Amino acid sequence: MGDMMNDNKITLKIDGKTCQAQEGEYILNVARANGIFIPAICYLTRCSPTLACRICLVEADGKRVYSCNTKAKDGMEVTVSNQEILEERRAIMEVYDVNHPLQCGVCDQSGSCELQNYTLELGVDSQSYTIADTARETANWSSVLHYDPALCIVCERCVTVCKDMMGDNALGTTPRGGSELNKELKDTMPKDAYAMWNKLQKSVIAPSNDTGSTNCSDCGECIAVCPTGALVSRDFEYTSNAWELKRTPATCAHCSSGCQIYYETKPSSISDRSEKIYRVTNEWNYVSLCGAGRFGYDFENRTAVKNEEAFANAIEAFKAAKVIRFNSVITNEEALMLQTLKEKLGIKLINPDAKAFQEFLSAYGLASGKTLWNGDYKEMMQTSDFIISVGSSLRNDNPNVRYVFNNIQKMNKGAGLYFHPVGDSLIAGLGKNVACIEHNVNREEAILYWILDKFADRDKLPAEISEYLASFHTKTTKTVSETVMEDVKETVVDETSGESKEVVKKVPKTIQKEIEVDSSTLLEAFDAPVDFADIVEKFLAKKESFALVVGEDMYFHPQADNLANLLALIESTTEFKVAIVPPKTNSLGVALICDLDDDADGYTIGYNEAGDFRLSALGDGDLDMPALNQQEGTLTNMHKKVVPTNAALSYDGYELNDIMNALGLGERLTIDWTKELPVKKGFKAVEFDSLPNRYTNDGAEHRGYMLESQKTKNTASIIPAKFTVNDMSGDIAYRCNPQRQFNEFTAKAHQIFEPFALYVSPAKAEILGQKVAFDINGKEFVLDVVIDEKMSGEIVKLPDFKHSSEIYAFFGKNRFKPITLRKV
Amino acid sequence: MHEEIIHTDSTSKEKQNYVMLELGSTPAYGWPAFKQVVKRTVNGELFVGLWITLKEMGKTLFKGGKHTTMYPFEKMPISPRYRAIHNMLRLLESGHYRCIGCGLCEKICISNCIAMETRYDENQRKEVSEYTINFGRCIYCGYCAEVCPELAIVHGGRYETASEQRASFSLFDDMLTPIDMLKQQQEFAGFGSVTPNADAAIKKTPLAY
Repeated sequence: MGDMMNDNKITLKIDGKTCQAQEGEYILNVARANGIFIPAICYLTRCSPTLACRICLVEADGKRVYSCNTKAKDGMEVTVSNQEILEERRAIMEVYDVNHPLQCGVCDQSGSCELQNYTLELGVDSQSYTIADTARETANWSSVLHYDPALCIVCERCVTVCKDMMGDNALGTTPRGGSELNKELKDTMPKDAYAMWNKLQKSVIAPSNDTGSTNCSDCGECIAVCPTGALVSRDFEYTSNAWELKRTPATCAHCSSGCQIYYETKPSSISDRSEKIYRVTNEWNYVSLCGAGRFGYDFENRTAVKNEEAFANAIEAFKAAKVIRFNSVITNEEALMLQTLKEKLGIKLINPDAKAFQEFLSAYGLASGKTLWNGDYKEMMQTSDFIISVGSSLRNDNPNVRYVFNNIQKMNKGAGLYFHPVGDSLIAGLGKNVACIEHNVNREEAILYWILDKFADRDKLPAEISEYLASFHTKTTKTVSETVMEDVKETVVDETSGESKEVVKKVPKTIQKEIEVDSSTLLEAFDAPVDFADIVEKFLAKKESFALVVGEDMYFHPQADNLANLLALIESTTEFKVAIVPPKTNSLGVALICDLDDDADGYTIGYNEAGDFRLSALGDGDLDMPALNQQEGTLTNMHKKVVPTNAALSYDGYELNDIMNALGLGERLTIDWTKELPVKKGFKAVEFDSLPNRYTNDGAEHRGYMLESQKTKNTASIIPAKFTVNDMSGDIAYRCNPQRQFNEFTAKAHQIFEPFALYVSPAKAEILGQKVAFDINGKEFVLDVVIDEKMSGEIVKLPDFKHSSEIYAFFGKNRFKPITLRKV
Repeated sequence: MHEEIIHTDSTSKEKQNYVMLELGSTPAYGWPAFKQVVKRTVNGELFVGLWITLKEMGKTLFKGGKHTTMYPFEKMPISPRYRAIHNMLRLLESGHYRCIGCGLCEKICISNCIAMETRYDENQRKEVSEYTINFGRCIYCGYCAEVCPELAIVHGGRYETASEQRASFSLFDDMLTPIDMLKQQQEFAGFGSVTPNADAAIKKTPLAY
């Protein structure tokens, strides 16, 4: 599939300019990539064409086509504008302006409005159309979404992005109740403008579940894509004009996706001139954010000051420290500083999330001979048509992996298999070719064996594995009845001529037939439904490019090493592109940079974690540290990229580098550590200031640099062990955060409302009641029971975004754990 | 009498017209110069001028011809287009302040002295919750009045910008027309005011009802 990228280049001419394009690309995208402007309102780059605005009308080889849904052909000649097309476009813009409120002065779009831009672009200086307006009331769709239908032009970008990208499918159109168009207009006005208006007059956007509230993941991507001010965040509404805000390109600090974002800041108020983040925006044509990224931005350490006494205490603490306990919400530079402390002062480093991931990666590295996996999420999104997810709660763990899974269904006519012990109706509804297999806990080995069995090239498989896989198969004969058409000869006498004729007729006949059925007991090992084999066969029809994503359940698993070995074998013997999801923001960076230890005793410094001396970016420690929106540095994301992030807000306290300097180990600035990142782990010796962080019009991502996969010492070929089954009885807890919560920082953000509670399916909630209590290491936790309507099954989800030390200690090396719940 | 002399300047390509005055000749030596001094000194012309002064003094003192403005008790009327401390106007019908919080004055202000805070209010409208102009920085250029789409911020006639406290007139409420003075509120004639032909210049949008 990767080779196809170069094979199918075509050449076409747009307005006389020769453009190179990929076979199957839309004209609009080709034009954009080549710097040619074609107006378009309703089209979103990575989603299916909506064809609502019709303004992208062009002439291709003499025919009028919509450039957003017409594929470029070799030798095509495209004219962007001619008199007739300009008249159509102008009429369309006039229609959009009919009854559109003229209070642009108070609109939150504040000039960054596509309706305004295109009205001016097409020179609309008078109005020729008119229709009676309909009363349209504003509505709050959720805790973050505000919709003003009066400003809405029903381009349906929100609907499209919600369906094709996010997968929430929370929005749709509903009847507007507007008056009918004057039929005479059909003959007098340009015909595309008439068709657009006819459709526009009939619909308006509303939550698709008819309840008036979206009940979605509150990602706010619909706000980002809205061309007018119809959709805004309730918190941002009427608080600032876009032009007052300073945009700082950065990297989202919450999950391992490391999306590019812009923090938008201006002074907090007239009396307080310190900067405040008002909102987060994104390049929505190229990257989609989740609710944590968009709304969880105010996690800065506001009150930090240079407290010299606390700093002196910190230096003493570091001199006395035996252990540093931290998590992966830190930059690569900070990770390198901690590693330097380990090397120079012998302090042990404890980081539960990165440790498990590091062990998994090292097992994978030994088995595969290289440090990094071969899959790339962006490439998967563009090319894959069959995706399997194992060991990751897609809806919660990493939103962007879910978007990839969903986008493959919607855009690539794909199919997907989702293996997880916790049922999820949202994932099941992502496409008609999606199957959710709810298996028992810790059956991931069996699933990976099934993938090998189904997809591996037998010649490449080690003999032991081939034999092992064969041992599951049994061939039985089964009698099935089948209907066949049989030819029957009949003699018919023609009535008029009296001649007799022989006619052949087809008659259905049921016959009994014996067929050989190949059944595999492997399927039973992961509780596959009876028709699983048939479902997979159906899904696999005409599929060419395979993707496998694996998540955190794999690293926190009793057989994590064996899973890593199996994954390496899948990568080398099947056509699957394998992608691994790091558990937390910078787990990959920490796993590569730091040499982590198992639990250790002694005087402990906690960095955003529990300890005898606490460094904290949350503002509650013994010494303040900058949060990730207050410092420069790099993060290593799941796309195997080292991406820069910038400080959006000022910070007045001490940084880790100051402590390093006091200990005689520091650099002048934190970002001077960037070029010191270990080259032999795949990093590059480049200066922080040379790292770009932007997208260009053709969708190319210019952010940081790619990690280089290194060769590992692959001494002997590793044969994965047979799979084991360890069942759990009683109530089972699954360590999993609710959507939009990832860590203490998201919990601090004022627009993230998901509480620290026990998340359960509706059926389980009936059994548990409203509150439950349970003990973790002798400490009693009393938590509310929150119903997650999209969950099914008996397993309960226990978050780790707070109390992480206790929660990680409770779960240990397994993401599933039996738990005794008491009703309160 | 007058003679037109044409100077041609090598640096200037235009013709320049100068008029020379007939001043007579200046005494060149002792005696004629002494005679000129004596003639000018004892001439009664001096008293002609002194008499006019005396007459005017009399008018001022006894006939009420005084022109002094007793500032600060008296103030000169100033032009309706004068640009001094801003006024915030109200809508005549409802009495509500005109400002809609669009932020254009804040944006256009070249000395960056306007700051405002807005919020979503209970009536689902944009409310201006705080508004200040830093008059220590304001250069009274009038851009804010010109850009205001609502004729809400205008210049007024309060030109005394000295005060014990800067805050005395930098707040929205100080600039806002007092509600009991609504009837006396005048439209500003200067920057930003509606042009006399505004009605004729408007292209009307058709309405369906």
